[in-house]
Amino acid sequence: MSFIEINDLSHVYHRGQADEIAALSHVSLKIDDGEFVAVLGANGSGKSTLAKHLNAILLPTGGSVVVDGMDTRDMAHLWDIRQEVGMVFQNPDNQIIAAVVEDDVAFGPENLGVPSDEIRKRVDDSLALVGMSDFARFAPHLLSGGQKQRIAIAGALAMHTRCLVLDEPTAMLDPVGRAEVLNAVRELHENEKITVIYITHFMEEAAAASRVVVMERGEVVVDDEPHGVFPCVEEMKKRGLDVPLASEVAWRLRKQGVKLPDNIISDDELVAAICR
Amino acid sequence: MSIELKNVTYTYMRGTAFERTALKDITLTLKENSLTAIAGHTGSGKSTLVQHLNGLLHPTSGVVTVDGTDIAGKSKEAVDARRKVGMVFQYPEHQLFEETVEKDVAFGPKNMGLSSDEVTRRVKNALGFVNIDYDNYKDRSPFQMSGGQMRRVAIAGVLAMEPKYLVLDEPTAGLDPRGRDELIAGIMRFHREHNMTIILVSHSMDDIALMADRVVFMHDGRVLLDAPPTEAFFAKDAIKEAGLNQPRTVTLLNKLKEHGLDVDVASFKVDDTVKRIMSAIKRRKSC
Ligand SMILES: Nc1ncnc2c1ncn2[C@@H]1O[C@H](COP(=O)(O)OP(=O)(O)OP(=O)(O)O)[C@@H](O)[C@H]1O
Ligand SMILES: Nc1ncnc2c1ncn2[C@@H]1O[C@H](COP(=O)(O)OP(=O)(O)OP(=O)(O)O)[C@@H](O)[C@H]1O
Ligand SMILES: [Mg+2]
Ligand SMILES: [Mg+2]
Repeated sequence: MSFIEINDLSHVYHRGQADEIAALSHVSLKIDDGEFVAVLGANGSGKSTLAKHLNAILLPTGGSVVVDGMDTRDMAHLWDIRQEVGMVFQNPDNQIIAAVVEDDVAFGPENLGVPSDEIRKRVDDSLALVGMSDFARFAPHLLSGGQKQRIAIAGALAMHTRCLVLDEPTAMLDPVGRAEVLNAVRELHENEKITVIYITHFMEEAAAASRVVVMERGEVVVDDEPHGVFPCVEEMKKRGLDVPLASEVAWRLRKQGVKLPDNIISDDELVAAICR
Repeated sequence: MSIELKNVTYTYMRGTAFERTALKDITLTLKENSLTAIAGHTGSGKSTLVQHLNGLLHPTSGVVTVDGTDIAGKSKEAVDARRKVGMVFQYPEHQLFEETVEKDVAFGPKNMGLSSDEVTRRVKNALGFVNIDYDNYKDRSPFQMSGGQMRRVAIAGVLAMEPKYLVLDEPTAGLDPRGRDELIAGIMRFHREHNMTIILVSHSMDDIALMADRVVFMHDGRVLLDAPPTEAFFAKDAIKEAGLNQPRTVTLLNKLKEHGLDVDVASFKVDDTVKRIMSAIKRRKSC
């Protein structure tokens, strides 16, 4: 049995009303312990809706989601599921609750009953990881957009969950900040073997995952490793998505007769192939 | 005609524990018909700066004028001058408030006293512009949409007012790649066809390369660099200090060059980049 099993999951908002919206239709996915899955898809394709099913913020209107053997519909397991799956929301305003940054980061571990000296350590470590140590005593609602996003990430990191779901965590960050956050997540993934589900519109970030899932109109339409997904330049563009620059350049050079491997997804791979 | 900031300093929460001077003695002119990009790392003061352009924030010291009128104060002139500036916020949720998409986009034009036919025309146009299907979405609550859809509605609401100056705070954040490309093309069309002056906060040097005629880098509340993009893209130290990257095309070309390919790195478009690599490869083969 996989760590997360999504079986024929459907989600209809406003079910039975005139304005009902089918946001997910018959999605099935198995995610194993220790995977790093990037989720791509156009606006409105169902990514955030899917994410909210992974720690029982939303419940299936059809099918089921099973986390570590626990069905999300079973209210008795709600707490256990949230202890295993942490979540960074798309909009940090929906996540930040406390009036002081460090209290906000401490909120999750406090609720898990972590001892207070351990909490102190986790808060300090998480804030350092996202480069926000200087803001520990600041008021989160007074922070800039990117600073809030970092605090929301620190809050999720401090929970030390087995799995992290991050919904566009870097949308408001500058490129250097984006690389820092992605590296922090990758280190957790590599060192602590944390399972990561990472929603993004940045193709270069998705190329760093071990698996890429593409959503379209509430369905999973591609599920493969990055080297299988991104060389399909025309297909990705047709879906309204994109590919890393290196994939597109390689594809265009090949069309003009340059002999290159057909699975290039990074600058380094392209450079190695051209400057043999 | 222009927006001018003269020696603008802004301090948040003066006299409290959270006091923070976010802008430090900024002097800047945003000329009519220009397209200026403002970039800089998290917390450098970009959003604070642009909120001064339509009087959402007023300088702690210094002056902001729009077409020569000081926009501080309650005089009719000041109010009219502020209205020339339309603003799309960094988080669209901060801007949406009506119960349906149609009402939300119509709010601005209605307040301008336009006829209801004209209001409807503008609402349809603006929603079409951001690719939100009018018939499907007009009665939906803007708060029950996906993140990218909300952003599109927020942008439509401001475009529908057809402001003379349009300020966009990270408008492509959260948009899918096609939405991003379409928005960029659309902004450029508005800029050219309506002579709309545009001020754009962006972290993406790739977007800036395609759009801006001028780039302002912010750092710690000050202007670090103010230059045409072609120049700014090669100001390595300033780029680093501002937390930015060179455009992806330049980064790739630089790597190829470092590994011995004789290629010109000053290219910002994919097709042009491919051409340059192609001709460098051919040159290499012939020698
Ligand atoms: N609270 C809600 N009530 C009703 N419909 C909703 C709600 N939230 C989302 N939807 C709809 O469900 C569909 C999927 O939305 P979702 O937020 O999952 O998309 P997404 O892939 O995360 O998009 P984005 O890239 O814009 O964040 C969309 O059509 C959206 O309008
Ligand atoms: N309401 C406020 N009260 C106190 N300080 C604030 C307030 N809003 C912003 N600040 C501080 O002012 C500085 C500049 O913030 P601003 O929002 O202008 O940054 P920004 O460049 O837009 O950043 P980002 O890229 O993260 O959106 C930051 O250090 C921020 O913490
Ligand atoms: Mg979403
Ligand atoms: Mg900002």
